[in-house]
Amino acid sequence: MSNKITTQQVQHIAQLANIPVDDSEAKKLATGFEETLDTIKDLRAVDTEGIEPTHQVTGMENVLREDIVDDSRTFTQAEALANAKETYQGFFVVPRIIKK
Amino acid sequence: MLNTLTLKQALDKLEKKEITLGDLNSDVKSAIEKLNKDLNVYLTINEKKITQAEMSAPLAGLPIAVKDNYCTKDLKTTASSTVLDNFIPQYDSTVIAKLKKAGGHIVGKTNLDAWAHGSSTETSQYGRTLNPRNTDYLPGGSSGGSAAAVAADLCLASLGTETAGSIRQPSSWCGVVGLKPTYGRCSRYGVVAMASSTDSPGPIAKTVEDSAILLNYIAGHDKYDGTTSTQKVEDYTKYLDQNITGMKIGVLYTDIEGLEEIKEIFIDQVKVFEKLGATVEFIKAMDPHHAIGVYTIIQRGEVSSNLGRFDGIRYGNDRSFFGHEAKNRIMLGTYTLSKGYAHQYYNTAQKVRTLFIEDYKKLFKDYDVLVSPTSPGYAKKIGISESSAMFGELEDMLLEPSSIAGLPGISVPCYRDPKTNLYLGMNLVAPMFREDLVIKVGDAFEKNTKWNSWRNK
Repeated sequence: MSNKITTQQVQHIAQLANIPVDDSEAKKLATGFEETLDTIKDLRAVDTEGIEPTHQVTGMENVLREDIVDDSRTFTQAEALANAKETYQGFFVVPRIIKK
Repeated sequence: MLNTLTLKQALDKLEKKEITLGDLNSDVKSAIEKLNKDLNVYLTINEKKITQAEMSAPLAGLPIAVKDNYCTKDLKTTASSTVLDNFIPQYDSTVIAKLKKAGGHIVGKTNLDAWAHGSSTETSQYGRTLNPRNTDYLPGGSSGGSAAAVAADLCLASLGTETAGSIRQPSSWCGVVGLKPTYGRCSRYGVVAMASSTDSPGPIAKTVEDSAILLNYIAGHDKYDGTTSTQKVEDYTKYLDQNITGMKIGVLYTDIEGLEEIKEIFIDQVKVFEKLGATVEFIKAMDPHHAIGVYTIIQRGEVSSNLGRFDGIRYGNDRSFFGHEAKNRIMLGTYTLSKGYAHQYYNTAQKVRTLFIEDYKKLFKDYDVLVSPTSPGYAKKIGISESSAMFGELEDMLLEPSSIAGLPGISVPCYRDPKTNLYLGMNLVAPMFREDLVIKVGDAFEKNTKWNSWRNK
């Protein structure tokens, strides 16, 4: 079975991933997706009946810590804002998402 | 030319006062000035002076190169993507904090495939790195800059990260030693996340001995990374210069299509273990082609989630700055995790992952260490990765089974082609938290063959 990916599908995924993609790149990505999905399709031939999935390999469970603030590693406001492109009176400025 | 010393040699000579740190650093600096422009190894040079505290700690302020996906306080960290073009971390990743405490001085930040997505450094948005052994060729990746920094003596040792091949494959291509620790042995805190269930920070060095020394300082439990193990960190240098008589070594993957170019050379090198008193058997393991599918699905899925944080609001540029390969991986992960497809792809992959883990458990009942070629061949020529979306996965196929199982592995040089000066690597894999075994057997191989260019000048 080959996986046919349309540029419309690519644009839909791009929207979900919040990444702007133009039409020529969408074409290139569609080809790349098809190639990738083609390489991984043989997985379905492996018998996984009754096999449990592995989500992590450490075997550790429920690693918890006390819910206490560690002041020694808390950013100051200046540090937290140091890499922000735009700030306003000590806040991050975010793009408007609700129309006026 | 003190930059050509190994970490261990430099430590010994400093101790005996045969050399000074100032002379060593000026040799490293002039080598960087001479070579970095062409090789494109370092993206950022650390201008900070070595501190008294570093000099009086065990690593004595010696110059260590660091892959540019480790957050380094007050030192630009880009992960080779223009999304993080101006990102200055306000904290150190745990491994970097440990390195500094041990007296390692960061000489600079090395190039990688952008976000560590790749096996060539060609996806770096700051240009590819060239292989110092032969500049018509690539260094491999994603830790290509760190491997090249070691190969070109632009540092004494370096740090890389591996998700599936990113330490061992460039080490193989550059003729250096790459040690990928067990998942959870070294903290991921502060490392730009790629695939959280397999990301493993580790050393790239000139010798097995140097990699063991570095691992001693960077390994260990971290309360900021819940997946790190509380298992005690050993002194890994204890396992150097050991007798391997009676050890059982299983050889994998020599019959796989695509290995014809190197098969005979590799089989010849494996015989070294027999001369050293170990038993060597050629055995069958689960088909590594299946690991490509498992890894590709898991990695793309975890990438799509991890790279969701880059919104250009708190730091970095917005998402339009992602390069083609990052877009490719984020979006494929978005697709395979989406409703209706997650079962078909992600859940199946996690089940086959279980099968690989069970296969290794079975093999380790009979063998102490499993060996295979690190890469299906020599370093590839520049431009190779641009032709295929799956270039890296095919290149790393022999490493992906051990990566998805979380196992420790080391790549040691096992051949040099006299015509091209390019190297082959041998990958040694052991059970979880048995770094001691790969160090012991890797060190024995290195010291009884002529392929390590620092041991056999």
